[in-house]
Amino acid sequence: MISARALSKRFGPTVAVDSLSFEVRPGVVTGFLGPNGSGKSTTMRMIMGLDAPDRGQATINGRRYRQLRWPLREAGAMLDAGGFQRGRTARSHLAALAASNSIPRSRVDEVLGLVGLQDAARRRAGAFSLGMAQRLGIAGALLGDPGVLVLDEPVNGLDPDGIRWIRKLLISLAREGRTVLVSSHLISELELMADQLVVIGRGRLLASTSVRELAARAGSLEEAFFDLTDESVQYRAAEPGRS
Amino acid sequence: MSELSADGISTGGFRAGEASAGPAASGAGRRERELPGGRYGLRGAVGMEWIRLRSLRSTWWITGLVIVSMIGLAILVLRYYPGHWAQLSAPDKASFDPTEDGYAGLGVAQLAAGVLGILAATGEYASGMIRSTLVAVPRRGLVLAAKAVVIGLVTLVIGEVMAVATFLAGQAVLHSPAPHATLGEPGVLRAVLMAGAYLPLIALIGLGLGIMVRRAAVAISALVGLIFVLPIVTLPLPESVQHAVVPFLPEAIAENSLTAVKTVPFSLSPWAGLAMLVLYAAVALGAAGLLLARRDA
Repeated sequence: MISARALSKRFGPTVAVDSLSFEVRPGVVTGFLGPNGSGKSTTMRMIMGLDAPDRGQATINGRRYRQLRWPLREAGAMLDAGGFQRGRTARSHLAALAASNSIPRSRVDEVLGLVGLQDAARRRAGAFSLGMAQRLGIAGALLGDPGVLVLDEPVNGLDPDGIRWIRKLLISLAREGRTVLVSSHLISELELMADQLVVIGRGRLLASTSVRELAARAGSLEEAFFDLTDESVQYRAAEPGRS
Repeated sequence: MSELSADGISTGGFRAGEASAGPAASGAGRRERELPGGRYGLRGAVGMEWIRLRSLRSTWWITGLVIVSMIGLAILVLRYYPGHWAQLSAPDKASFDPTEDGYAGLGVAQLAAGVLGILAATGEYASGMIRSTLVAVPRRGLVLAAKAVVIGLVTLVIGEVMAVATFLAGQAVLHSPAPHATLGEPGVLRAVLMAGAYLPLIALIGLGLGIMVRRAAVAISALVGLIFVLPIVTLPLPESVQHAVVPFLPEAIAENSLTAVKTVPFSLSPWAGLAMLVLYAAVALGAAGLLLARRDA
């Protein structure tokens, strides 16, 4: 269970997140949707204790991230592709993370197998493609077998096969009773994997509901999304044909 | 990557009895999982940093540079004396300190140790790994403490081993008529051990700088400025001011306090010099700790 209560964060004059409250329940995949710059990544960083909120708080299973006893065993995150140093092998990167939370070394090879990187375990991660870097990031998130997963744009850089793989992986993880929060700007992708949606725009909550309910509002999820975010899109190209 | 099928995927929980919770356990609230007792702490964080330090090639390059520069320059410098002793002036003969002169390579080695400390910090920021690190170890003081323990101990071991090896190699090429030093003479063992202790202190200053500025190029420039440029800046100052300031600069401490067996005028005593360097390292790490705790990652 992830809970955000009145989260607010500004960077200089820019309000990134504005009194944002929502809950993410276990057992289903929850999509985190919003236009570019709407505050998704900032919110995820606040959930994971990386950015300090100006007001409000985010909790995981009722506790702030910094209060968790075994952070990697309770929550896993992939916040940007990689999060590893190029010169180190995939296995060393994960072994170091495992050591920090007393996770058995055998688990490293287990998650490498799980994300399909077993044959690349001894290669320096700097040589990885974007898709492989994403898989290594996901391996890091799964390392502690956590009950809560926070993934920022996990399908970025994956080929269609990889996208299908991650969709099935996240759905099965949620069915095991885990809490799964996945951000994406790809509405169609979230429609395929998520049951619940948290939609934000300009740092404010626009909707927190089920995919089915939201799609029903406007005939399709995409239309519903544009109706919701119409006011809050910050960067928009001119429509074709207009000058 | 197409060999991977997600059908029937198992997330392979590493605690017994958990791996069976497959897709069949649909929707049902997952059993409250058993976490081990206790809490993550310094020991795990040190384990993480130790694996990281060992698994980067730069660590081995830097260690190699310390070995080559310390032993190589000791032999290069001291080999000069036996053949030229007769030509040296009386004051030069009087001030010749075979122990201190053998540590000519410390000038390069200190930079290497400082860079090792810097890279342990800036490598995190350049790659975005800092976020993986702080998700694994959210108490930031622990992250800094673990880095300081690992960088400090590793460079202390390298420093002491190399200080002894450099001394032995250097004295081996000194023969009569030039005098040489032995570890049993007063002050020599102390100078050798303090030469070794200099490297971890510079490495910790580097670690602090690296955390503070987060970029390797900036941190290395700051370190070079501290070690090599500050002494030059003091040159145009009146002599009285120089005599008051220079003894407190790191490189002067290394040369005139830590490794010197013969007393050098206008210098701190060995122990006062060591205490100053410990103070510098503590200030650098303290400031780094404050910034690390307050900044968003």
